[in-house]
Amino acid sequence: MATPVFEPWNDPDEKPLIQFQNVSKRFGDFTAIDDLTIDIFEREFFALLGPSGCGKTTMMRMLAGFEAPTEGKIFLAGQDIAPVPPNQRAVNMMFQSYALFPHLSVWENIAFGLKREGMPRNEINARVDEMLRLTRLEKFARRKPHQISGGQRQRVALARSLAKAPKLLLLDEPLGALDRKLREETQFELMDIQEKTGTTFVIVTHDQEEAMTVASRVAVMDNGQVKQVATPADIYEAPNSVYVADFIGDVNLIEGKATATGKGSYALHWRDGVEPLTVESQNIFSDGQTAHLAIRPEKVTISADRPAKAANAVQGKVLDIAYLGNLSTYHVELPTGDVIKAQTANTRRISRRAYTWEDTVWLSWTASGGILLAN
Amino acid sequence: MKRLSAFNVVSLTLGFAFLYIPMLILILFSFNESKLVTVWAGFSTKWYGELMQNEAMLQAAWVTIKVAVFSSTIATVLGTMAAYVLVRSGRFLGRTLFSGMIYAPLVMPEVITGLSLLLLFIGIGLDRGVLTIVLAHTTFAMCYVSVVVSSRLATFDRSLEEAALDLGCSAAEAFRLVTLPIIAPAVVSGWLLAFTLSLDDLVIASFTTGPAATTLPIKIFSAVRLGVSPEINALSTIMIGIVTVGVISASLVSKRALVKQRQEEQEAVRTS
Repeated sequence: MATPVFEPWNDPDEKPLIQFQNVSKRFGDFTAIDDLTIDIFEREFFALLGPSGCGKTTMMRMLAGFEAPTEGKIFLAGQDIAPVPPNQRAVNMMFQSYALFPHLSVWENIAFGLKREGMPRNEINARVDEMLRLTRLEKFARRKPHQISGGQRQRVALARSLAKAPKLLLLDEPLGALDRKLREETQFELMDIQEKTGTTFVIVTHDQEEAMTVASRVAVMDNGQVKQVATPADIYEAPNSVYVADFIGDVNLIEGKATATGKGSYALHWRDGVEPLTVESQNIFSDGQTAHLAIRPEKVTISADRPAKAANAVQGKVLDIAYLGNLSTYHVELPTGDVIKAQTANTRRISRRAYTWEDTVWLSWTASGGILLAN
Repeated sequence: MKRLSAFNVVSLTLGFAFLYIPMLILILFSFNESKLVTVWAGFSTKWYGELMQNEAMLQAAWVTIKVAVFSSTIATVLGTMAAYVLVRSGRFLGRTLFSGMIYAPLVMPEVITGLSLLLLFIGIGLDRGVLTIVLAHTTFAMCYVSVVVSSRLATFDRSLEEAALDLGCSAAEAFRLVTLPIIAPAVVSGWLLAFTLSLDDLVIASFTTGPAATTLPIKIFSAVRLGVSPEINALSTIMIGIVTVGVISASLVSKRALVKQRQEEQEAVRTS
C-alpha cells in the first residue's frame, strides 16, 4: 500500500497556514525583505535557506512578532497577524542561543509558557512530563541549564517551545551550536518529533545539507528575495536559476548560445571550434539566446577511452583530485582552459585508483543529465 | 612557592602600612583605659560600655540606618528603571542628553549637589529632616545604581526577554520573571553601594539636615571638633568590624557560588 504523498502545495483546495503577501521590510535605507510572497502549509517542515544577511532571520522574526513588516501583510490561518503582539500569537520560537532561563530548572523552563497560560497544575505536570519524555530529558528535569550539555540544552529549548502546542514552531539555526555528529542525529530527531506532533515547522538555516535533510520544501533566499521554493529534490535537480544551482551543492556551469535542434532539444555552442553540446530542456530558448548548462559533477562520467554512445564527450587532463573518502572529485582541464568537475564513488580502495594527476581522460554526460538555464 | 624580591616586600609593606596603620591605631586606642587619646594607660572596654549609654549617639546611628535603608531602596528602584530605559530603548530623541545627565551627579562636587538641594528644599518650603536627607541621598545614589545595573544589562542576552514574550509574558511579566531575577546580583550590589554611600556621607547630609535629624557622620564630625574621645574610637571600631564582616562574607558567598557553578558545568560535560 502506498502512503499518500504529502504535497499540499500542489493541491489547489488546500488553504495555506501562513501567507506572506508582498511583504517588504526596511531598516532605514537597508531592505531586508523585498516584496516577498510565499505560502506555507500546515504540517510542513519548511526551510528558509540562504547566506547570512539574506533576510531569512527577519522573516522568522516577523512571524514571531518581534518585527513588523514595512509593507504587505502576513496571514496566519487566514488572520492578519500584524496587530497581534508576540505573547498572543499561536507561534513559538526556538532561539539560536536557546535563550534558556538560567535561574530556572529544566522542568520550570518547560513549564514557563504553560504557567503563563494559567493551565491547572496537574495538567502542567502531565504536559511537562510528556515533553520531557518526547525529548528524552526525564533524568535532567531538576537540573539548571548550566548543569547540562549543549545537546541537552538544545532539547530543552525544543521542549519549551513545543510545550504550548503552537500551530507553528519557528527554529532559528537550531543546530548551529552542535558538533557535526550530534547535529546529524538531532536532524532526524527533529523530523521525528515534527511528525509525531504534527506541528508546522519553519526552520532558518544557512546549512544546505540540513535544509535538504529535514525539510519538505526549501525556500532559497538571496538579498531579501526568494529565488526558488521547491522540494529538496527539485531544488537540486531542477534549479530555476544559476544562483540556485550554484548555491546548492557543487555544479559545473557552461555558458553558450542555444540553437534548437528538435522539440525540447538544443545544441549549445560554448566555444568556437568545439563541437556543440547536446542538451534536452523543458525551458524554451530562442536561437542564439545565451544559456547556461548546469550539470552536477556526479552526473559526469570519467573514462579512459571515448565512450561510444555518449551524447556529450570532451577530452581533458586531470588537474586535481579531491579525495573525500567515499567520493572523489576530479577537476579536469579541457584544451580550451575550462575546468569541469566529475565525481565518482570510490568503490575500490584508493591504491587501485584508475586515474591520477596529468592523465588524459574523457568526460561524458547524457543529454538530459544537465539543465539549461537562462540566467 | 616563589620568594618575593626585596623590592616587592618593601612595596607591599609600604602599601599596606599606608592603608591600615591609621585604622589599627584607631582600633588600638578604642581599648585605651585613659581618656587622653594619645596616651596608652592599659586595656579596657569601658568606652564601648559608655557608648551604649550615649543616647544621642545611638539616636544618630538609628537615623543614619533609616536614611540609608530608605534612600538606597528608592535609589535602586529609580536607578534600575533609568538603566533599563537607557540600555533597552535604543535610539530616541534626547537619549544622549538623558544618558549624560544621569551620570552628571557622579562628577558633580558634593558641595554643589548639597547646596542646590538645600535651595530646592527651601524654595518649595519642605521642612528639613529625615525626609530631606533621604531625598538628597536618593538623588546622588541613584546614578551609581544605574551605572552598576546598566553595565550588567549591556551584556544581558536580549533573546531571553524575547523568549519570555514568545511564551506568553507581557513586557512587565518578562521583566519581573526573567530579567529581574537574572540581573538581581547587580541590583543587590547597586543597593549595597547606595547604602554605603548614604552611610558615610557627611557633606550632602549636613546641607540638607534639620535640627531633628542628625546622622552619625554629622554627630562624629561635630564631636571631634570638641576633641577626639575614645568613645568615638569605639564607635568607629564597631563600624570597621561590621564592614569587614560584611565584605568578607559577601566575597566568600560569591566565590563559593562560582566554584559550585564551575564544578556543575564540568560535571554536565562529563556525564553527557
